[in-house]
Amino acid sequence: MTTAIPDAPKLTAKDFASDQDVRWCPGCGDYAILNQVRKVAAKLGSRREKTVFVSGIGCSSRFPYYMNTYGFHTIHGRAPALATGVKIANPELDVWVVTGDGDGLSIGGNHLMHILRRNVNVNIMLFNNRIYGLTKGQYSPTSEEGKKTKSSPMGSIDLPLSPLSLALACEASFAARAIDVDRGLAAILERAALHKGTSFVEIYQDCNIFNHKAFNYATDKQAKLENTVTLEHGKPLIFGKDRNKGIMIDANHKPQVVTIGQDGVSEADLLLHDEHDERLAFTLSRMNHPDFPEPMGVYYDIEDDCYETMLDKQVADAVKAKGPGTLEDLFNAGDIYTVEG
Amino acid sequence: MSAGSAQTQGNNPVKEVLSAVVRFAGDSGDGMQLAGTQFTETSAIVGNDIATLPDFPAEIRAPAGTVAGVSGFQINFAATDIHTPGDIVNALIAMNPAAFKAHIDDVETGGIVIVNDSEFEKVNLRKAGYPEGYNPLDDDQFNQKFKVYRIPITRLNQESLADTGMGAKDIGRCKNMFALGLIYWMYDKPLDTTIQYLENYFGKKKKLPQVAQANVTSLKAGFHFGETADIFATRYHVAKAPITPGKYRKITGNEALAIGLVTASHLAEKTLIYCSYPITPASDVLHYLAAMRNYGVKTFQAEDEIAAVCSAIGVAFAGQLGVTGTSGPGLALKAEAVGLAVMTELPMIILNVQRGGPSTGLPTKTEQSDLLQALFGRNGDCPVVVLAPKSPGDCFDTAIEAVRIAFRHMIPVMILSDGYLANGAEPWMLPDAHSFDKIPVEHPTDADTFEPYARDENLARPWAIPGTPGLEHRLGGLEKEHISGNVSYDPENHQTMTDLRHEKIQKVCEFIPAIEPHGNAAGDLLVLGWGGTYGSIITAVDNARKAGHSVSAAHLRYLNPLPQNLGELMSRFKKVLIPELNTGQLRMLVRAKYLVDAKGLNKIQGKPFLIEEIEQAIELMLDGSWGSRESLTPRAHQVTVDS
Ligand code: SF4
Repeated sequence: MTTAIPDAPKLTAKDFASDQDVRWCPGCGDYAILNQVRKVAAKLGSRREKTVFVSGIGCSSRFPYYMNTYGFHTIHGRAPALATGVKIANPELDVWVVTGDGDGLSIGGNHLMHILRRNVNVNIMLFNNRIYGLTKGQYSPTSEEGKKTKSSPMGSIDLPLSPLSLALACEASFAARAIDVDRGLAAILERAALHKGTSFVEIYQDCNIFNHKAFNYATDKQAKLENTVTLEHGKPLIFGKDRNKGIMIDANHKPQVVTIGQDGVSEADLLLHDEHDERLAFTLSRMNHPDFPEPMGVYYDIEDDCYETMLDKQVADAVKAKGPGTLEDLFNAGDIYTVEG
Repeated sequence: MSAGSAQTQGNNPVKEVLSAVVRFAGDSGDGMQLAGTQFTETSAIVGNDIATLPDFPAEIRAPAGTVAGVSGFQINFAATDIHTPGDIVNALIAMNPAAFKAHIDDVETGGIVIVNDSEFEKVNLRKAGYPEGYNPLDDDQFNQKFKVYRIPITRLNQESLADTGMGAKDIGRCKNMFALGLIYWMYDKPLDTTIQYLENYFGKKKKLPQVAQANVTSLKAGFHFGETADIFATRYHVAKAPITPGKYRKITGNEALAIGLVTASHLAEKTLIYCSYPITPASDVLHYLAAMRNYGVKTFQAEDEIAAVCSAIGVAFAGQLGVTGTSGPGLALKAEAVGLAVMTELPMIILNVQRGGPSTGLPTKTEQSDLLQALFGRNGDCPVVVLAPKSPGDCFDTAIEAVRIAFRHMIPVMILSDGYLANGAEPWMLPDAHSFDKIPVEHPTDADTFEPYARDENLARPWAIPGTPGLEHRLGGLEKEHISGNVSYDPENHQTMTDLRHEKIQKVCEFIPAIEPHGNAAGDLLVLGWGGTYGSIITAVDNARKAGHSVSAAHLRYLNPLPQNLGELMSRFKKVLIPELNTGQLRMLVRAKYLVDAKGLNKIQGKPFLIEEIEQAIELMLDGSWGSRESLTPRAHQVTVDS
């Protein structure tokens, strides 16, 4: 994220709103995310001219139109590829990718995989609503098995995938999960923005037209206490409305829900979160409702070199080693011979 | 071989010839491409005009010894101005029975056939598919038709390297140099260029001085074998061609594209970012550019064809020179994204090195069958500018022209090269680095007047780039409102914008030169071509003109838009013939656009036209025996009209 130019006036969330009417369905979770992103941009002192939002196709991909920054609403699934080009051409830009479960995991799965392993310095927000909204309600790669939709009247027979497991397997250097209406979203986005390298944030998003309350278990005031667990680096995984439940790793290296004070379990036995532990992050990404509380927060965060920086370095190294190539050098390379007059 | 005067030198008389076509053929592991390239390099350096045609198998290592695994390299070197690798082979070097079988039909009657006799034994003959107990070298039909020289190259090479202490396998690898040395002797050429190459490549670069030495020994052994064996009646010499004095290098089409793109990026003061996914026969462009980081070039090997084009669009959006390169199947994958570039009116280059199709088709063979795909292969009314180079060296100029147009008109430009141009080589006169006009690029900065889809006199919209304060705007694939660039579903606006996208292409017309006929400005027949068929067409037309026919040629570099005077030019000729390496794609366009009853010569065999095939078609058109047929196809080098 770019830091504020000292004498440039600090922008407010409102300054990041474009003049376009927001056209999501009333009650859509996208509104909450949009508001948080504008606030985070203001808080971090982002410059409008240096910020680029790139999206694919889908409801969430309308996002760039609503930000008063540079933006590119591309084609289905291709936002990570286009964003990679933008970063290679100008590493100074602050680039965000907005995608969804269909756009990012289905048609664009390949590009997501490769931007993550290259660690291009962009922030990816994957709005997961477990449905195709824009095409009016077909099942998506994250829809639960057996889901009845217009394209699966007898129930979906596709096994859903976990976006975070996928991201981690693709060598993501930053992976997190948040919820559209949750206050924790802003803090996670801030960290994603400050992370150097690709940051991947899965955001549970309510599509109140085609998949309303899909995440009720994680958003309802009461239910979420039992069904989610908040991750904090170095802290034990504790949850429950009485804060007496926790996650322990059993003898088979599997996570297990335990109650503090029962069967001799104390807080000291609980799993401590470590954002730098790849295996732990993956284990957490496999914890699904209803067998487990679903972890919210930053799963994984490590530092690694960014693609565009390394590419620039190769150019600089080559120039240093061979000198900056001129057109004369270019034409005179190879086996030259002279034809006499 | 065109005969000239004979002279005598030592024991073997050296005969002057105006040109010669030599083909090296062997197993794909036999190093025929290296032998061919070295022969080309030496011929160029001694001042011959050259044109080459490498021919690789699609498999990297098809089963050794089989016909499928044969790799060939043909070179035409001449004391005159030539434009093609030659119709017929004067001398074939066949390193095994499969190579003999695959290429013998292309050798002229009375031509030279040098075979590596060591390899003509039972197993190899069987692998080549010859019947049990049969050896073509013992067959009179070949011995009567050709001058066949049976030379045990493998054994002789082994003997010459016996003292080196190298293993049999490593020794075997040098036999291509033995063969090359022999051919150098036969065509009276010096060894020094190749010796220098071997010492640099194996000795310095690969740090294998022993291998370098062994290759040099083999090369010299081959040469001396020619000198001392006394089995060749004649040697040949091809004098210098009357080439414009200056500094030259040998260049292939893919090299020229790479150099042209880098040149354009320097002229525009933009970073060239080449985004590509490996595909035959375009990959070499990626390889060349990847080695040019010190020229400020960035290459991005994308995860697939779609990512390659999309990242290039991202590059263009961010204000640099975005180029994506591919071949036909890859272009099909890029189609949707090219539409995005058209909708967002961003300047970028799409390079298509065509190969045989459809589908995976003939990956290593040439064809011109992507013309309609280039022009129309996208959803919606989606025009792009399309250019086609006519020779390997012309790829350089075409690349620069493509960038100039893209930047001036804010439009994607497609370059249609092909497998023949990509791998074929010709002498290229080094341009003067100061002779080029800059490619002007402007990025707006004035927030008060900025409108993303306002237009200049060429209908180009402003290229506002991220990082510019006050010019924040959003692009995308949805229809844009005229001027403001906001999303618009308005019916009238869609008509306006569709019309504008077409008018933009027509604006390019004002900047492109009129098409000039080669030959008279009017006459009985115009032979109209485009792209890589230039050399064959021009040579055939020149020959027909020498024979007294009223024939001219015209060659299109601009396929979209077409030059303004094309219709008028065609109207000055009684007939129009369009030779193409496809089923008649340009012909279809010309007939539709100009209502001209153009006829087609259409070859879809993965090979370039022979000069002879076009000559025959010209004859048939002129003597009236072509009749009312829309097109003809050459079969076994013969263009015939079945009655
Ligand atoms: S369809 Fe669903 S996801 Fe799309 S805008 Fe409406 S509520 Fe939001």
